[in-house]
Amino acid sequence: MTWDEMQPLLQDATVETLQMVGIATLVTLLVGLPLGVLLVLTDKGGLLQNRPVNKVVGAIVNVGRSLPFVILLVALIPFTRWVVGTSIGWQAATVPLAIGAIPFYARLVETAVRGVDGGLVEAVHAMGGSTWAVVRKVLLPESLPALLSALTTTVIALIGYSATAGTVGGGGLGNLAITYGYMRFETGFMVVIVIELVLLVTLLQLVGDFLSKRLDHS
Amino acid sequence: MITTKDLTKVYTSRGGRTTALRGVDLHVREGEVYGVVGTSGAGKSTLIRCVNMLERPSSGTVTVDGVELTALPGTEQRAGRELRAARQRIGMVFQHFNLLASRTVQQNVELPLEIRGLDRTARRRRAGELLELVGLADKAQSYPKQLSGGQKQRVGIARALAGDPRVLLSDEATSALDPQTTRSILQLLRRLNQELGLTVLLITHEMDVIKSVCDSAALMREGRIVEAGPLTELIATDGSALARELFPLSEFGAGHGGSTVVEVTFQGDSSGRPFISQLARTYQIDLNILGAAVETIGGRQVGRMRVELPGSHQDNVVPIGYLREQGLQVDVLTENGTLA
Repeated sequence: MTWDEMQPLLQDATVETLQMVGIATLVTLLVGLPLGVLLVLTDKGGLLQNRPVNKVVGAIVNVGRSLPFVILLVALIPFTRWVVGTSIGWQAATVPLAIGAIPFYARLVETAVRGVDGGLVEAVHAMGGSTWAVVRKVLLPESLPALLSALTTTVIALIGYSATAGTVGGGGLGNLAITYGYMRFETGFMVVIVIELVLLVTLLQLVGDFLSKRLDHS
Repeated sequence: MITTKDLTKVYTSRGGRTTALRGVDLHVREGEVYGVVGTSGAGKSTLIRCVNMLERPSSGTVTVDGVELTALPGTEQRAGRELRAARQRIGMVFQHFNLLASRTVQQNVELPLEIRGLDRTARRRRAGELLELVGLADKAQSYPKQLSGGQKQRVGIARALAGDPRVLLSDEATSALDPQTTRSILQLLRRLNQELGLTVLLITHEMDVIKSVCDSAALMREGRIVEAGPLTELIATDGSALARELFPLSEFGAGHGGSTVVEVTFQGDSSGRPFISQLARTYQIDLNILGAAVETIGGRQVGRMRVELPGSHQDNVVPIGYLREQGLQVDVLTENGTLA
């Protein structure tokens, strides 16, 4: 294959990958972040200590974390079809991607939020702040650099997952690598895709680290 | 201004029960700087944290500025609305400052105002005034990590004052600072106490803090207040443990056999009178001065002198009586230097 042949394929696949990873990241952030905070708050000694809630959420997160992504991908097909209307293509892949990444990110959020100094929580209590004020003024802003690092890790994991999703008809770069690199023995194309993935991941990591460092004043 | 009645605090954990407070009655008057001193583990930290309900006492009551805080609903983790409102009128500064690293100095000072729901302009103006007050106006846009310990504590104080509190609680505020910075922070607290009429309750393990800034003090031991009162009264109390620690003369000599050793404490105007030479002249006694010190305690000059009189205690009843008549406090020590 010549570069002129590869280029449009590569471009479309890259856009697809970025779309599914982007949407999955957004959903992960929206669900995983509150879930992670909830895990901290409801834990023993937490501000909203609640054993049943903590156990249930913890168990769901653990199950989600322990399932291999390929299994999740297949197991979620009925759910995916219900949400998106199809189980093929990048749009369909966003569902298992998000479901797979939410517990992953939630655990990272939990660790990040736990790292906030208890003295700060106490200071806000002493000035008459509510639990909500503690979350909004202390827990989230103070752990922001760590939350961002965790998000970078999650996005990179999502790119990996997205390649897996690609192998079973999920579109994107993974799909391209399978159909051309593996099924049609286009080794050159495979190498190009691998290089692109490496560049993409490296770039994301660099940007993530840079932003995290910029936000860190501790 | 702050009153606790029969306050107890018992911690229960898997290992058993630990009693931190065993019936503490504390009375802090409006406008005074009140220091609670004790060794670590004496319960003073628990006490101050019970005053604004960061820890709920197991029994007893806490009243601050006329509001009985122990009667307000809520738990240690979640305070009710009334308790939160009451806390907004009680400032608190901490040993490790507890400033938010993610916020600038100004934003840190604005935090309590955000919680109160003040708008941006009002917050900014108030934060500016407060930073001016603690002498850090030029650091408004710095982050806490760029500040020294003393500067951080100034920010902590500015933040504690943001809600115009009538009471300031200081939890070992100077314990992480060097002596010189400690002095400047204590001076600041004193100034705020005088200029704003702020009532200050502080806990410390350093007698120097009590000596340099407090009007009144309490000594805590094993969860109890063993002694309390205005410093000037404590100094004048026979056998006061606090006075003895505030003003140690232990390094002085204990005298010789067959003599009587007395400690004479004088304060305020009596420090100007030549009572020793009067005593020697009037009673024809050969006095031996073993040691003496003058200090400023609670804003007053206080002196203490250890004097050796020849003869037994019986022989010296008249001269000791003379000293007492002069308005001096006289503690008689035995030959080996302990209180008779």
